[in-house]
Amino acid sequence: MSTSATPSPDKQLTPKERMRIPRQKMPEQDPRQRTTNFNEVNLGLTEEMAIEEAQRCLQCAKPLCIDGCPVIIKIPEFIELIVQGDFIGAAAKIKEDSSLPAVCGRVCPQENQCEATCVVGNRFSPVAIGNLERFVADYEREHDMIQVPERAAVTGKKVAVIGSGPAGLACATDMAIYGHDVTIFEALHEYGGVLAYGIPEFRLPKKVLSVEIENLKKLGVKFVKNYLIGKTRTLDELLNEDGFEAAFIGTGAGLPWFLNLPGENLNGVYSANEFLTRVNLMKAYIFPEADTPVQIAKTAVVIGGGNTAMDSVRTAKRLGAKRAIIVYRRSEEEMPARIEEVHHAKEEGIEFQLLQAPIKYLDDGNGWLKGIECIKMELGEPDDSGRRRPVPIEGSEFFIEADFAVVAIGNGSNPLLARTTPGLDINKWGNIITASETGATSKPGVFAGGDIVSGGATVILAMGDGRKAAAAMDEYLKSKAKVASDE
Amino acid sequence: MFEIASADFIAPDVKRFRIIAPAVAKKHQAGQFVILRVHDLGERIPITIAESDPDSGEITIIVQGIGRTTKDLNRKTSGDQIPDLVGPLGQPTHIENWGKAVIVSGGVGTAEALPIARAMKAAGNEVISIIGARTKSLVIAEELMKDLCDEVIVTTDDGSYGIKGLVIEPLRPMLESSSPPRLILAVGPLPMMKAVAELTRPYNIKTMVSLNTIMIDGTGMCGGCRATVDGKTVFVCVDGPEFDGHKVDFGELQQRIGQFKNQERQSLDQFLRSCRAEKSVEG
Ligand SMILES: Cc1cc2nc3c(=O)[nH]c(=O)nc-3n(C[C@H](O)[C@H](O)[C@H](O)COP(=O)(O)OP(=O)(O)OC[C@H]3O[C@@H](n4cnc5c(N)ncnc54)[C@H](O)[C@@H]3O)c2cc1C
Ligand code: SF4
Ligand code: FES
Repeated sequence: MSTSATPSPDKQLTPKERMRIPRQKMPEQDPRQRTTNFNEVNLGLTEEMAIEEAQRCLQCAKPLCIDGCPVIIKIPEFIELIVQGDFIGAAAKIKEDSSLPAVCGRVCPQENQCEATCVVGNRFSPVAIGNLERFVADYEREHDMIQVPERAAVTGKKVAVIGSGPAGLACATDMAIYGHDVTIFEALHEYGGVLAYGIPEFRLPKKVLSVEIENLKKLGVKFVKNYLIGKTRTLDELLNEDGFEAAFIGTGAGLPWFLNLPGENLNGVYSANEFLTRVNLMKAYIFPEADTPVQIAKTAVVIGGGNTAMDSVRTAKRLGAKRAIIVYRRSEEEMPARIEEVHHAKEEGIEFQLLQAPIKYLDDGNGWLKGIECIKMELGEPDDSGRRRPVPIEGSEFFIEADFAVVAIGNGSNPLLARTTPGLDINKWGNIITASETGATSKPGVFAGGDIVSGGATVILAMGDGRKAAAAMDEYLKSKAKVASDE
Repeated sequence: MFEIASADFIAPDVKRFRIIAPAVAKKHQAGQFVILRVHDLGERIPITIAESDPDSGEITIIVQGIGRTTKDLNRKTSGDQIPDLVGPLGQPTHIENWGKAVIVSGGVGTAEALPIARAMKAAGNEVISIIGARTKSLVIAEELMKDLCDEVIVTTDDGSYGIKGLVIEPLRPMLESSSPPRLILAVGPLPMMKAVAELTRPYNIKTMVSLNTIMIDGTGMCGGCRATVDGKTVFVCVDGPEFDGHKVDFGELQQRIGQFKNQERQSLDQFLRSCRAEKSVEG
């Protein structure tokens, strides 16, 4: 990976020359080493590599990459700033359209978004947009040059944001910039939602998140933790008694699904949320230094094929499981996890048992899991999701010996807030119904976004929802003020 | 941060804390609990609210020092801070006028049962309290119960106070009597609640039990608190903590509660060692 071939940035390269530059490979921790620690797997591009990678961008007149970006980041513009060596400028350019680039650069499924539509990808590997995003955000943070955005004149209007996941954080950022008095209410003792309790340290170091939270504090956002809206205080009380003029709900999905199979409550069977929360939020990986324990598996089986399943199985491996196995009922092609995560999991020795599904958890006689009875599947006709439906093959049952199982098949919506908020309309799955352009709910002055609306999507979509809602909330507050002054 | 307004031992290893938590105090209803952490790397543990005063903004909890966190908590005294505390969590006790209600409690469960007794009484019930303890010194909140209830009966395992035996001894004749209670509510150690539920089952008297499972978030997010009730999985932190004792799978619950007992032992040992080391440095 020599940089000597790098043309000097001022020299204009032809598109052909640009495309001939190979995609810069993200430096990583060695797989054998990294399964023994929780440090980040990806180490980040060097400055030289970033500039070289940025040179690969053709600066398209009609940049298709932007069509693939849910928040319409000005991709070629920020990449051009990298070519010029203006990394801080590049970070600022991204922040015009997105909050938290250091997070998104790490966890966005770029292969389905900007990098899927990048034209270079037609013939070669697409420009590594995600790695570049991460690079500039890290550069800015590591050089202590994160700028706190300028705030508009203080409006004195109080706004509540419920939930501190990416949707809430993004909404709070923009509302603070618009000059409003923003308070984030979080049920847990730490901020960040899934970024704090779900996504492991080896994929998203908590330091990255805590710096972002600190910056939001500098921007004047107030944070209140240990505060469960619906229990400690209701949404109506915030609006009617505590002086909040508008509220944003970003409470996430947060109700783990189980398969309702026999033996699912045996010791050794966990939801992914429980397992990951123990390890990430409660830091069980340093038990007994941290008080919360976690079971160390001999054989860990994780059921599911999404990011949550990959995070769980790789976490189990790092905690010391001899075998760590993914059991997924479709084939690899249908797996919703990011390609990079599947690839990393394979490098780490994770076993993939595809086209299989559990049917029963077996008891060792003392209430502990001793194994899982599974059945083989084949793919039939496409279902609602467009993926081919897995169908059990009769008589193909078999047994996997395992002392530890994680159910990572997704989340429903947590009903707590909706139940305690009359007039807030939800659909039959419990997701809050909103106007898609504004995030407005059925309750005046109340907006919502992220997983509690979508039912479970991505960090970037949650953030996009938060920003969209912030713009609409700002308009709402202005028009309310106008009506009041006209009266 | 939540400041401890006062802290007193009310029995060996059992401490009563008044904690300044105005939002929780304002919302608390009988049967609800808080989840708290005692330090930055602490675990989250549920503790039932024994009393709350919306005017002073204080809640009362009674803590028996058994494990690492409760022992650590019991070293705290007035003026100390509890870094994290959230609540009130769980569904409040269903209160209605049953006519006659018996509240059976064991250990610190008696303190937890106080607000329930108060609410039951306020709803017009005749309320009888049966308090069980291993020995006399561990009987707590008897006087408070006496202020609230029509009758208080104490049992001790060793016979050092009240009736010798288990709480089911005085309960049995009540079930047989010509005017049996219409509701039994059991709060305390699992074996006690199970024994009460088994005793009342043939009489078909509604028996509610307050389940004390392992919890983490307390918001329904992790499912670690799950139990089987009536053949279905429930999340105790949001669906409970009180359930129909005749439908609870106590066997499964007992196993689930013991899930981390080896690690809990290890954690406690380490804590006790560090306490001793602290002491010897001070000494
Ligand atoms: C293990 C895992 C891995 C993932 N990996 C990826 C990935 O690689 N890439 C990607 O794009 N997406 C990933 N996702 C999905 C992504 O994390 C979510 O789509 C995103 O976090 C949703 O954001 P949110 O703000 O809507 O909610 P959340 O992040 O869920 O945050 C909601 C917050 O609200 C709080 N809350 C809930 N109810 C209340 C209440 N009543 N009062 C106060 N606070 C409340 C919760 O405690 C929580 O902190 C992953 C998800 C998981 C679980
Ligand atoms: S599509 Fe690819 S090459 Fe074109 S501007 Fe976007 S990143 Fe650059
Ligand atoms: S404690 Fe997590 S769901 Fe009940």
